[in-house]
Amino acid sequence: MASSSDNEEVRVLGKWASPFSNRIDLALKLKGVPYKYSEEDLANKSLDLLKYNPVHKKVPVLVHNGNSIAESLVILEYIDEVWNNNNNHAFLPQDPYHRALARFWCKTLDDKILPAIWNACWSDEKGREKAVEEALEALKILQDELKDKKFFGGETIGLVDIAANFIGYWVSILQEIAGLELLTIEKFPKLYEWSQEYINHPVIKEGLPPRDELFAFFKASAKK
Amino acid sequence: MAEKKNSNGEVKLLGAWPSPFVIRARIALNIKSVEYDFIEETFGKRSQLLLKSNPVNKQIPVLIHGHKCIAESMIIVQYIHEAWSSSGPPILPSLPYDRAIARFWLTYIDDKWFPPLKSIVLGLDTEPIEEKLEKVREGLVLLEDAFNKISKGKDFFGGDQIGYLDIGFGSFLAWLKTVEVTEGVSLVHETTTPALAKWLQKFCAHDAVKDVLPPIDKLIAFSKMLRANVDLVINPK
Repeated sequence: MASSSDNEEVRVLGKWASPFSNRIDLALKLKGVPYKYSEEDLANKSLDLLKYNPVHKKVPVLVHNGNSIAESLVILEYIDEVWNNNNNHAFLPQDPYHRALARFWCKTLDDKILPAIWNACWSDEKGREKAVEEALEALKILQDELKDKKFFGGETIGLVDIAANFIGYWVSILQEIAGLELLTIEKFPKLYEWSQEYINHPVIKEGLPPRDELFAFFKASAKK
Repeated sequence: MAEKKNSNGEVKLLGAWPSPFVIRARIALNIKSVEYDFIEETFGKRSQLLLKSNPVNKQIPVLIHGHKCIAESMIIVQYIHEAWSSSGPPILPSLPYDRAIARFWLTYIDDKWFPPLKSIVLGLDTEPIEEKLEKVREGLVLLEDAFNKISKGKDFFGGDQIGYLDIGFGSFLAWLKTVEVTEGVSLVHETTTPALAKWLQKFCAHDAVKDVLPPIDKLIAFSKMLRANVDLVINPK
């Protein structure tokens, strides 16, 4: 259990189907921090969202003792720094170089890898071949980084693993809807194995949204 | 200027003098008084060292510290803050919330504020220049407000010392000035953004900064070359 006082209020403004929002749920659950969650409707933004993230008006937003923080990777580092009493739940290692590597891979996930896979899953006939090629290249560089580790964080879930929730869980759903084979055991055995360890991790499992609901949500988006 | 730590050729920075991202790393190394070899990349052509030390993005800056290669400018700045923590003032704020605010604004600057500025520099015709300038100005208003909240009456975003957000934003000042001159506009000004105008003067005069911000006339000439070679910028070899 977290050692923070019971008077500390932690709130999350999020969207259940968003992997960026889900990162925050996973992080707080891994740290054992209780929080209040509010589901936001981005077509009808709440006053709280406009107040707590006036610059972007997007989710996720973390509110801790009245202070608000936006941008999922920024929030993850904040959570790691504030709730740092039990070393077993540290998201980042101590050594500056390995911290830099973890940050680099989180940024590469957001700048390069997620967009490539997302594009492939939503591409039309014309752009499909190139988009799929780029997605496979992106998965390869990620698998190369994993090497023989159980998780990107080593023996335990680290910052990169949390940030890679899209890869571990969302990709399997999206590729099925798109009729593509991107992350498969044949193409990326090590990364696929990681994804199975990930979604079966006791805390992660409880923190991910239900598969059938997520499938239905994206299937409905695909029809539009 | 504090005497530089002799690092025996152990620290190298791959970069180029005009790049704001490279300037960030140089300012951070200066704050920590770290001696380094500055290895300049040729525009439009990637060296073997660059391809080997940053195979994923193949971009500058790359910090090479012994056998360790670190890429991405603000990740390099954080690494410098952590690796040389016993030398010179800290670069990141001490409190987690202040660090989160600094990181948030850096994400805003890199992802939202800089792209229209870059588009103006490269002379891209994605939208009318007036619209791009308006976006840059709107961002400066947000940053002016952020400065007033974050600096708490002191000279810099980092307080008495220049810090993470000063470096991240200040690294663009030479390019901002270049656009003001080439387009004949005013962007940071004592009437529209008085706090930033004051901050800008102090930042550019700072010991860790003044020798790494490129002279404006050199940048103007460089920007002309960039516009003539936009395809190389977008698809480097």
